[in-house]
Amino acid sequence: MIVTPRLRALVRKEFLQILRDPSALAIAFVLPVFLLFLFGYGVSLDAHHLPVAVVVEQPTQETNEFVAGLSQSTYFQPQVYTQLAAARKALMQHQVQGILWLRSDFTRALWQQRSAPLGILVNGVDANTARLLQGYLQGVWQTWIQQQALRTGQVLRLPVTLQNRIWFNPALRSRNYLVPGLIAVIMTLIGALLTALVVAREWERGTMEALMATPASLLELLLGKLIPYFLLGMGGMALSVLMALVLFAVPLQGSLVLLMLASALFLLVALGMGLLISTVARNQFVAGQIAIIVTFLPAFILSGFIFDIGSMPEPIQILTHLVAARYFVTLLQCLFLAGNVPAVLLTNAGALLLMALLFFGLTWRHSRKRLD
Amino acid sequence: MAARIWALIIKEFLALLKHKASRVVLIGPPFIQLLVFGYAATFDVNQIPYAVFNEDSGSVARTMLGYFEGSPTFHQTALISHESQIAPLLDTQQVLLVLHVAPRFSRDILGHQSGQLQVILDGRNSNTAAIALNDVSALINQFNQDWMRQPGWSISPAIPEIRAWYNPNLISRWFIVPGIVALLTLVVTLLVTGLSVAREREMGTLDQLLVSPLRPLEILMGKALPGFFIGLLEAGLISLLVVVWFHVPFTGSLPALVLGVVLFLWAAIGIGLMISSLASTQQQGLLGVFLFLVPAVILSGFSTPIANMPEPVQWLTFLNPMRYFLVIVRGVFLEGDGVSLLWPQYWPLALLALASMSTAHWRFRTHMG
Repeated sequence: MIVTPRLRALVRKEFLQILRDPSALAIAFVLPVFLLFLFGYGVSLDAHHLPVAVVVEQPTQETNEFVAGLSQSTYFQPQVYTQLAAARKALMQHQVQGILWLRSDFTRALWQQRSAPLGILVNGVDANTARLLQGYLQGVWQTWIQQQALRTGQVLRLPVTLQNRIWFNPALRSRNYLVPGLIAVIMTLIGALLTALVVAREWERGTMEALMATPASLLELLLGKLIPYFLLGMGGMALSVLMALVLFAVPLQGSLVLLMLASALFLLVALGMGLLISTVARNQFVAGQIAIIVTFLPAFILSGFIFDIGSMPEPIQILTHLVAARYFVTLLQCLFLAGNVPAVLLTNAGALLLMALLFFGLTWRHSRKRLD
Repeated sequence: MAARIWALIIKEFLALLKHKASRVVLIGPPFIQLLVFGYAATFDVNQIPYAVFNEDSGSVARTMLGYFEGSPTFHQTALISHESQIAPLLDTQQVLLVLHVAPRFSRDILGHQSGQLQVILDGRNSNTAAIALNDVSALINQFNQDWMRQPGWSISPAIPEIRAWYNPNLISRWFIVPGIVALLTLVVTLLVTGLSVAREREMGTLDQLLVSPLRPLEILMGKALPGFFIGLLEAGLISLLVVVWFHVPFTGSLPALVLGVVLFLWAAIGIGLMISSLASTQQQGLLGVFLFLVPAVILSGFSTPIANMPEPVQWLTFLNPMRYFLVIVRGVFLEGDGVSLLWPQYWPLALLALASMSTAHWRFRTHMG
């Protein structure tokens, strides 16, 4: 790259401007740490200590044992009721998430195939938690009934038994895949915020005209904006990765070098998008609104960070290819949890490279050195 | 006083809607976002791609695998013949799970012994993995129940009867889409109010307002009411689309929803004006909006339950108006709630609205010019 004295001077000017108004420094370093700290702890899909009502219509030794087994699990916080009506009321008032109804014939009906001595009722509004709760409750039931069979000397043999081997995240900790995804969401924000306003600000304050009157070329002007913010962004990125590894104990299976390379590539895309927005908008109000609309929400919802892309309808899946965060989320989840898988890394890095080129190309086209 | 505020409201609307760009930004994106996010934001797992590694040539294995082929939840994408083929498929996420049937499987079951089915699962997305595992267990339970009707199988345990209230088929769209009403209303209201004062300050027109006979409270109302009307209109239209387009049932009372929207809007406007009165430039205003919006969305219960968060973070969510409004929209849409059940949500919202509006007003009175 052509490192001219002019470029050096422009970078210096930008750095001085950053130091004078420390908000850019705050965006680059304080914001990612703060957000990752908050979200890393706050965003979790692991349901623990779910309050459930247990309705015991006729206490027997079996029901006592069952409730005791339930209390031992960290998934539940059982509250015992004697009547279904009271439990239903608790469900309606959101005091419990579900009801386990041990009917009066619980003990007698345990070994009759078509009977249902146990009723499970969950609040289905939060469908995901409800599904997990159902799964946990069924798991508890199956374990308990097997123990019960063993204890009473009955031979309980099921035709098919399942043996699970869970790869990459054996404990199924949701934090392990959410924290890498959060880094992508947060860095999308940081990148766009850092650059979305800088060019628009120069236009609005009229200093763009002053810059254009200098002999600096268009390339030098753009690089002069890009280099300082890129360095700031990489600093923030490094802090985020460090937090993920140390604070949230996410295992890093892949190589750190590849992780930093992928991050640099993504940061280029995010900064390029910000530059493009602010070049096209030339107005801080519109630039800011576009930045909010096209960065945060798509990165949050369409990147696969929390909602699985494979479960979205086909047209939406196609649309997600336009969201840069999507590729970075895949790269991060792969590098952190699965390791260096060349097929995944190359295709996603390639997509990011294409997007970076596209954004810089468009910015180049739109930023003529002239006044309208 | 009313006439003066009215004039200010007209001026604000003109300022907001004068530019084509800001008109488009206010009206277009919320509806596009509703449609896109409404379909995208789902925790439901369907068409789970799986591979079969069948080392058994027996009929029982074929019957059992038929359960998976017949299920709409699963979609077989690969048939493999060697163990070494498993890793590449899972690594590259071509399949979510591999069903491995051992060579003795059919023989064991025909001899009334247990046969083992090994499931190898990509656990990267722990939520999807847990759901997929539940679905596999459910199918195997079904198979076991059916198979054990044949003679020779001694006893079999009873199966629990499972039902879900309010959302019997556990469609996560019913949970997420009403939440989008809250999300988009918050975004639009904050954008309209959060930059409004900072813009005047940066352009120097705030001084003109201050030398006019308008009192600070009147200026504040003139800034707040356009945001209120735009927010109300958007919330109404989006709620309508949620029912008409996404077919989410509306089982509760309309007044309960309207009361919730009004309180939520005032809380959001109060926060927007507070940010705006603290910011001296639009850039700072925008940063403020971002800094409030992002945590407000992520820590609201919109996508992940508040109950899963650690205690201190849960306390923090009490300051988040979206938290209360989400309970209201979901309650009214799905649980048939009326006004009386929702008081625990209304009063904190009203309190937040009052606190943020008074702070904004106080900032206006003391720090003008």
